[in-house]
Amino acid sequence: MSGALTVPALPAGAPRRRPGARWADEAYRRGLGALALLVFVVVALIVYEIARGAGPSIRAFGWHFLVGTEWDPVADRYGALPYVFGTAVSSGLAMLLALPLGLGTAIYLAELAPHRVDQAVSFVVELLASIPSIVYGIWGLFVLAPLLRTLVEPWLIQHFGFLPLFQGFPFGIGMLNAGIVLAIMVVPTIASLSREILLATPPSLREAALALGATRAEAIAVAVDAARPGILGAVILALGRAVGETMAVTMVIGNSNRISASLLAPGSTMASVIANEFTEATGALYLSALVEIALVLFALTLVMNAFARLLVLWATGGRSDAAGAA
Amino acid sequence: MKPEIRIRTHDFDLFYGAHHALKSVSLEVPANSVTAIIGPSGCGKSTLLRSFNRMNDLIPGVRVRGRVELSGLDVYAPGTDVVELRRHVGMVFQRANPFPKSIFENVAYGLRLLGVNRRAELEARVETSLRRAALWEEVRDRLGRSALALSGGQQQRLCIARALAVEPEVVLMDEPASALDPTATARVEELVLELKSRYTIVVVTHNMQQAARISDTTAFMMVGELVEVGETRSLFTRPRQKLTEDYITGRFG
Ligand SMILES: Nc1ncnc2c1ncn2[C@@H]1O[C@H](COP(=O)(O)OP(=O)(O)O)[C@@H](O)[C@H]1O
Ligand SMILES: [Mg+2]
Repeated sequence: MSGALTVPALPAGAPRRRPGARWADEAYRRGLGALALLVFVVVALIVYEIARGAGPSIRAFGWHFLVGTEWDPVADRYGALPYVFGTAVSSGLAMLLALPLGLGTAIYLAELAPHRVDQAVSFVVELLASIPSIVYGIWGLFVLAPLLRTLVEPWLIQHFGFLPLFQGFPFGIGMLNAGIVLAIMVVPTIASLSREILLATPPSLREAALALGATRAEAIAVAVDAARPGILGAVILALGRAVGETMAVTMVIGNSNRISASLLAPGSTMASVIANEFTEATGALYLSALVEIALVLFALTLVMNAFARLLVLWATGGRSDAAGAA
Repeated sequence: MKPEIRIRTHDFDLFYGAHHALKSVSLEVPANSVTAIIGPSGCGKSTLLRSFNRMNDLIPGVRVRGRVELSGLDVYAPGTDVVELRRHVGMVFQRANPFPKSIFENVAYGLRLLGVNRRAELEARVETSLRRAALWEEVRDRLGRSALALSGGQQQRLCIARALAVEPEVVLMDEPASALDPTATARVEELVLELKSRYTIVVVTHNMQQAARISDTTAFMMVGELVEVGETRSLFTRPRQKLTEDYITGRFG
């Protein structure tokens, strides 16, 4: 038997380099690079399409679109202020309610609760975050609204009715309902992110504070302070969710396009008016106006995010105590 | 003349759950001097140090037996105010742990806890503390900058300044230089020597040369027991215990 032409076989399992390995690496890198680029392309296309769709409305109303309060499909005149206002109020109210609740929960879970309580509650909080928003909407409509109508709102009117904020008729649905539903929807975001951020702060900070004679509460305050940029990030994320939330809000806000100082009055948000009217928008300008609202919503979230990032940058890097520089 | 005793432990035991980490430790720490605690890793040096200001209270399942006295105060007595106790005992940790605040606010933190809020007083005491920690010249023109921008050695001296600001009687240091380079280590050692006229200092170290350089008294521990304690020079030159001799001549550990 002549083996003159056989290539000596490598022992089984010996490492060997396939000739195409380097080339494959390069292709892999480029492939992923192209995918990343695709994200930008998709975003750019979305912006382009929305801006194009909004064109007629922008040409017809200009800046007046943002400050106009008239929304009249019959006369074909559109101003989006009531919806901008509704978004701002419902989201603002939601954050006002959700921040103390979410942050309080996070501090309790991260710093005070026994391990098993923390595990159990954290699990439920994560669960809350995964409930579809229509479920929250149904709850707001069938549980919260009657409660507000029969108990809470009459009480508010009776005791705080001297404030414009609590004047009017107890409808049950409206700004207050939307704010509460949104708050409940974003509490899990704030709570679970803030909890994780707190757990990620070094225990040595609390030790340092305690060793200096801080009480438990004062030591926790140090940890919360150290976690502030991250907590801010969590809050902005939650705000983004509240601003963009559509389904639940549409169900409980009452869908009126009047601006009212009262939280008890019905209203609309940018997202809810699009959801409500898009399918029935027959006229070209009507449709274009709705698309322009989408454009404003898009720009708003963009600005908010950029603002949040700047805040975080400021909070972490250039934190300065000017007065300290004696 | 017999020196004043600042810290005294008497038959002190500490358990982490079932683990007996300190066994009947009786130690006297003289005032206004440097006491070093040496011994192999895991022998209970940090545990003993943290017993002096009850930092072990934070760990679930810790039990103690016996007595610790600080300036005559019974540290583990039921009526002892732990927060108040810790204000009299500064602590410096193995890894520098400045707060993510400005240099100024780091040093001012303990003062603010005490209710000092007047700007002039804060500034004066922050400066004094930074000078004592030999850091003032390096940071005087950037007190408002983040403490996290300092080098490791500067951060550790900042932590010392932070501890000194509230005028403690005792400063406990747990391997304060173990994470530092030789130059920074030398600066911390110098600082310890400068501070002892004013404070009682207890330093945990696993570096015997360091203990020999900076301490007046040395305590040697092994597996939870205090094997030998004595004047530093004589402990290193004429150890009384065989275990001590084996350790300092490097036969183990
Ligand atoms: N939090 C803790 N829980 C349980 N055991 C601990 C804890 N901290 C330290 N120990 C144990 O106590 C002993 C002494 O630890 P320590 O005081 O940290 O030693 P050293 O500082 O001398 O290295 C070790 O056996 C260690 O495993
Ligand atoms: Mg240790």
